[in-house]
Amino acid sequence: MSVNKSLAVLLGCGMMLGTAQLSAAPTATMLADTCAGCHGTDGASVGPASPSLAGMSEIYIVDSMKAFKSGERGSTIMGRIAKGYSDEEFQLMASVFAKQPIAITSQKTDAAKVAAGEELFGSNCEKCHDERGGLADDDAGILYSQWLPYMQYSMEDFMGGTREMPKKMKKKVEKLSDAEIEALLQFFASQQ
Amino acid sequence: MNKINRRSFIKIAGSAAAVGAVGFPSIAAAAGKKRVVIVGGGTAGATAAKYIRRADASVEVTLIEPNKHYYTCYLSNEVLGGGRKMDSLKFGYDGLAKHGVTVVHDTVTGIDAKGQKVTTKGGKSFGYDRCIVAPGISFVDNIKGYDQAAMEKMPHAWKAGSQTALLRKQLEGMADGGTVLIAPPPNPFRCPPGPYERACQIASYLKQNKPKSKILILDKKDKFSKQGLFTQAWDRHYKGMIEWVKAEDTGGGVMRVDANAGKVFTEFDEYKPDVANIIPAQVAGSIAKTAGLTDDSGWCPVAGKTFESTIHKGIHVIGDAAIQSPLPKSGYAANSEAKVVAAAVVDLVNGREPGTPSWVNTCYSIVAPNDGISVAMVYNLVDGKVAKVEGSGGLTPMDSSPQDRAREVQYAYSWFKNITSDIFG
Repeated sequence: MSVNKSLAVLLGCGMMLGTAQLSAAPTATMLADTCAGCHGTDGASVGPASPSLAGMSEIYIVDSMKAFKSGERGSTIMGRIAKGYSDEEFQLMASVFAKQPIAITSQKTDAAKVAAGEELFGSNCEKCHDERGGLADDDAGILYSQWLPYMQYSMEDFMGGTREMPKKMKKKVEKLSDAEIEALLQFFASQQ
Repeated sequence: MNKINRRSFIKIAGSAAAVGAVGFPSIAAAAGKKRVVIVGGGTAGATAAKYIRRADASVEVTLIEPNKHYYTCYLSNEVLGGGRKMDSLKFGYDGLAKHGVTVVHDTVTGIDAKGQKVTTKGGKSFGYDRCIVAPGISFVDNIKGYDQAAMEKMPHAWKAGSQTALLRKQLEGMADGGTVLIAPPPNPFRCPPGPYERACQIASYLKQNKPKSKILILDKKDKFSKQGLFTQAWDRHYKGMIEWVKAEDTGGGVMRVDANAGKVFTEFDEYKPDVANIIPAQVAGSIAKTAGLTDDSGWCPVAGKTFESTIHKGIHVIGDAAIQSPLPKSGYAANSEAKVVAAAVVDLVNGREPGTPSWVNTCYSIVAPNDGISVAMVYNLVDGKVAKVEGSGGLTPMDSSPQDRAREVQYAYSWFKNITSDIFG
């Protein structure tokens, strides 16, 4: 993390020195602003299908973008766009979103499902999605108040094999019914 | 270099003005707060206004726009298909005011590049340090007989609003078994996939409500954006309903209309469609020409890095009006260009060299209720020009799964919500 920050600072200095011909990388803000069209201003998506990036850890965002770029993580459009950037540029973008507070969404959820999800959360998800999916340091994506359709797509992808499930997650998910998974997603989506 | 010289000049002139000269408001103010005037409050103009304020709240931003509301062109084809209400396309300027943008509802009549001021129909004058011009498009008289009165009978619906509502009304009024004629414009024009998505949306409405009807597309071009995907969609969802005729086969598409008689003419043939959607050729919004910002093409030449006019210094042109190829004339591109220019303008008024730009475009087309397609691209600056980043972007694959196509529709809706909130929120 600190190495990348120094890189950003170095690049920043390069531009301040005013060497016009220096092909410096775009600033972190310049890069991150291009994402807003689909992921919302400052990565706070007003949804519902594209996820909020605000508050996600740099490691999670960079890893995700690399996986989209290589095709390891399936997508409709993200992979095509990811191919336009270097790892350094992913890092710069990620640095912007990581600094943002988690976006709180307002979406319809089913109270009974949310309650059922809360019951399941502790024993199934909490180890890697601590603080109700809101702990960035887990490097596991932000699920706290995340958009439900996005999380449903993600689970479809995990189950369908277009996105690889971490081993620990797979063990847990295998034991859960579709209804239980839906309850968990509703639980995350409902967080305020 | 010129810029630096000019700026030093302004500094000197500014001090002189402070000593006692009157009558040079723009120069006098250069010593104080920096002022940016934005002409046009569409996608590009409104985004630039907001993002300048986000980057530097000390910059005074005035946005001049005649209309109290803006109707997005994007997703307006869904109004024609019946799946969306006009009101969902309507946006106001209260959000910009909250960011400290001064919104003035007036029509700009002149931009004085030397005097650095913008004048309006309302008789006002606005001095600026930097001006951003985002006037969208205006129409060219390339189809004989297609005047203002004809537009009310054969709507273009290429600026969303009353024209969109009119075309929808005509489609609703058409009897089953009727023909809808769409006349797409020649390149370059706003929203390259638009006419073909429109055919899908109209066909979707007709299929459900007037299944014996037909759509005839008489094009001014021999090929078009996302052609393979659109052709696939027409075959898949609207078999036998849509006929596309390339320019070569009609001797150049629609040449003339007689709106009173309801007739449309190509070089050799005459048509009497039940509904005619005539989309004329386009150039930059008319203020761009008045201000001397256009070249022979009718569009505005700009520098790649800052979108500063190559004709008039101190004025940046963004959105559909600019010659920004390979960036397309799309909403996403306009939003992206606006952010790059907002950053550049903030740098310039603060005496800094603008940074390296980066742009993105994403265009969704909704070809059927659960079938969406897209094109995307990342752009960077190469040798001072906008260039596609090699290996990036591209189209929805022809063989993408129905599940992915359905997702693309949902992503299109999310895109709409996010981009309009990014622009006006």
